[in-house]
Amino acid sequence: MLIDTALLSRIQFAFTISFHILFPAFSIGLALFIVSMETVWLKTKNQLYLTICKFWTKVFALTFGMGVVSGVVMEFQLGTNWAGFTAAIGGVLGPLFTYEVMTAFFIEAGFLGVMLFGWDRVGPKLHYLATLLVVIGTTLSAYWIMSANTWMQHPIGYKEVGGIFKVADWMQVVFNPATFPRFIHMLLASYISAGFVICSVSAYYLLKNKFTSFAKTCFSFTWLLLLILLPLQIFVGDVSGVQVHENQPLKTAAMEGIWETQAGAPLILFAIPDQKNQINHWEISIPHGAALFNTHQWNGVLTGLKSVPIQDQPEVIPVFFGFRIMVGAGILMFLFTLVALYLRFKNCLYNTRWFLISSVLSAPLGFIALWCGWITAEIGRQPWIVYGLIKTVNAVSNVSMRDVVISFALIFIVYGIIFGYFYFYFLHKTLHKGPPDINEREGSRQPFQYMPTSFSEHL
Amino acid sequence: MDILAFSWCGIIAFGVIMYVILGGFDLGIGIMSIFFKNEKERDLLVSAILPVWDGNQTWLVFGGAALYGAFPLAFSAILPLMYIPILIMVIALLFRGVSFEFRLKAIKTKRFWEICIFLGSVFATVAQGLILGTFVQGFNLSPNAGTIAQWFNPFGIACALALICGYVLLGANFLIIKTTGKLQEKNYEISSKVQYLIVAGFIMVSVWSPFLDPSIMQRWFNRANMPYLAMLPAMTLFLLMAHRFALKRKYEYLPFWSAIGMFLMCYLGFIISSYPYIVPREITYSAAAADRSSLLFMLVGVCIMMPPLLYYTYYSYKIFRGKVTQIGY
Ligand code: HDD
Ligand code: HEM
Ligand code: HEM
Repeated sequence: MLIDTALLSRIQFAFTISFHILFPAFSIGLALFIVSMETVWLKTKNQLYLTICKFWTKVFALTFGMGVVSGVVMEFQLGTNWAGFTAAIGGVLGPLFTYEVMTAFFIEAGFLGVMLFGWDRVGPKLHYLATLLVVIGTTLSAYWIMSANTWMQHPIGYKEVGGIFKVADWMQVVFNPATFPRFIHMLLASYISAGFVICSVSAYYLLKNKFTSFAKTCFSFTWLLLLILLPLQIFVGDVSGVQVHENQPLKTAAMEGIWETQAGAPLILFAIPDQKNQINHWEISIPHGAALFNTHQWNGVLTGLKSVPIQDQPEVIPVFFGFRIMVGAGILMFLFTLVALYLRFKNCLYNTRWFLISSVLSAPLGFIALWCGWITAEIGRQPWIVYGLIKTVNAVSNVSMRDVVISFALIFIVYGIIFGYFYFYFLHKTLHKGPPDINEREGSRQPFQYMPTSFSEHL
Repeated sequence: MDILAFSWCGIIAFGVIMYVILGGFDLGIGIMSIFFKNEKERDLLVSAILPVWDGNQTWLVFGGAALYGAFPLAFSAILPLMYIPILIMVIALLFRGVSFEFRLKAIKTKRFWEICIFLGSVFATVAQGLILGTFVQGFNLSPNAGTIAQWFNPFGIACALALICGYVLLGANFLIIKTTGKLQEKNYEISSKVQYLIVAGFIMVSVWSPFLDPSIMQRWFNRANMPYLAMLPAMTLFLLMAHRFALKRKYEYLPFWSAIGMFLMCYLGFIISSYPYIVPREITYSAAAADRSSLLFMLVGVCIMMPPLLYYTYYSYKIFRGKVTQIGY
């Protein structure tokens, strides 16, 4: 009975967070792009940058709203479905969430209104400050949530008293050394994911020969940015991998498909892992590769999955393939940026048809890598909810199957309709309409007004 | 008395009342908006809350996170019991939130999103009312106590109805500040009608709740407490009179502030009935509190962050002060 609610709660959690994470990641990346464009606008006063800024702000508003409402579901879900976990570690993770609300959510919410609707109410400098604060808010929020998740992956700085976890050293919890590579990895992942969407939309406009100056600026700026971000991401991913091997050797074993503990383990390029028989089929591998990547030593020792009984191993298939898809997508995206660079040098970045078409199609690449990354990280942690301390099955609430079924069914339908359909519908609509023509006179641009302040001087 | 845990009770209580007031007026406007026949008027109503609803809702998120961190035992006891009303609340808030965004961008389906805003606001308020009702009546944590009857019962329904009226009152009074002319007239009218329902609600809850639990009766009606506690209904009565007077004289700000005052009085009454429990009549706040180091660590954050936070919340309201006109981007 309990196993059933546990499994269903896990699926529900994975489902809701998989939706939730898309929106924050896109928002974090878009916010950076918008603030960059606003910076350039303030410096150059070129109207084009303001148009870019305002156009992507519309997309940002839509996405951000989705992030907020799906986040509220996440928060309460921790209590409704994972009460066993809350009671044990609330004192550790709760303060991190509280800091997230105080240092991030309030800042975002407080200045979002100004950023979206304040163009005519505040001066350009103050508006810029509001945008900047929204960027800072989203970044801090990512930091706190990553530090909470990292504590679940690699718990340190705690003491246990009768099954309840207390914090012995807040410095270690907040500044867990494992958090930094993961936080940077997540931020870069957000920038990259948003970047590919921006490129895709610009490529679409270029193909259609619409809004060309707008599209060219976005296109070239973003490719340049991606050219820098992708090698960085690959480097940070490698640092993350070393960190994972130190803290969660079994996750590494699942990622690499290593069954036997061995020195100089090979890098498996392709295989079908078979967990039942604890073996790989159709394996193609490069000798010493995995050892080199994960330990940075030719003959480094990797722990094999067989070192623990089968029920204590994570599900190998999703971890193994999730990891490969992420890395594969990362490398593919990097090649993309190199092609863009080459075309740029040949001066035909904006009119090479096949490249524009592939750019349009590349929009989901970043998000695919991001999703697969989380699947690697989270399923690789199983069967623990807090690695080595609390088993996931023990974390679930004592609620009836009926309640969990109702909630999951409801969430499934609502998310499917709202996020799966309407979000994309309105996104498409906004993108289809495109930015206002920049040649149009400035004054006629938008209906952003509240009445003049003279109406009332009070709050 | 455990000072740390007590201050966290205070902080969470503050977060909750901030949500009830700020989230309350925007939920109230969401409930009312559907009854305005003229589309221009509805545009204005929605515009009045567009720049602020996210910030208002953040107080709810804050209350949840702080309860999670400061009283994990309470959080993990209450939420599974309140599974269904909480689910309804978050889904309703979700619908409402996305509908604001979609309505701005929609042309043909605008009316549909308005209905979603209305339904989302109503369901969220009803769910909050049911949860409130359970808090007033007290929980039953024994493993074989039924769950549905704990939150779905006549008292809970009465609380839900009262909360709807209360939120509408706040919403109408907020709109009095934000609008002019005919629209403002309508809000004066709504407010003066709803205030009588509020009186009925006050009387009902005050008479009913002492009979819910002997400890509530004991707390309010004993010789030592009576003289002090009697001030509460007296204040409420005074605020009610002020509210009526303000509506008659067509003051713009006094109705809103006196309605906030009434909410504060009810909230105080609720706290007096429940103290020292955080899960009423099952777990006291000091028993549910997290470890000292967690409470202290969070308290440092609150002391540093809360003043600037309150300031910029005030500031962002100030930027959007004045009468509302249609908003978009
Ligand atoms: C890397 C980033 C990241 C990750 C992994 C998560 N979130 Fe998130 N979340 C954000 C980044 C973010 C954000 C970008 O900061 C959002 C988007 C919109 C917003 O206001 O903040 C947000 C919104 C948001 C909100 C609404 C805040 C508001 O009302 O303003 C809540 C309650 C949560 N999240 C809670 C969670 C929980 C419980 C998570 C996982 C267990 C989680 N988030 C994963
Ligand atoms: C945002 C991107 C994330 C994604 C896509 C993601 C994905 C997943 C997946 C797929 C599972 C199910 C694992 C399984 O059933 O085997 C899961 C479980 C879980 N994750 Fe995450 N996760 C993310 C972030 C987080 C964060 C930031 C936290 C910390 C607060 C977190 C905490 C949990 C918890 C509590 C569970 C449920 C218990 C469990 O099965 O481990 N996750 N997540
Ligand atoms: C190409 C080289 C890459 C390598 C070697 C790499 C490596 C890793 C590793 C080892 C993890 C697991 C970390 C953990 O469990 O703690 C991880 C997680 C993750 N990866 Fe990658 N990654 C790469 C590219 C990418 C790209 C291109 C993206 C997205 C655009 C991405 C997004 C993520 C995300 C969102 C996570 C989960 C968050 C985390 O645990 O840090 N990765 N990556």
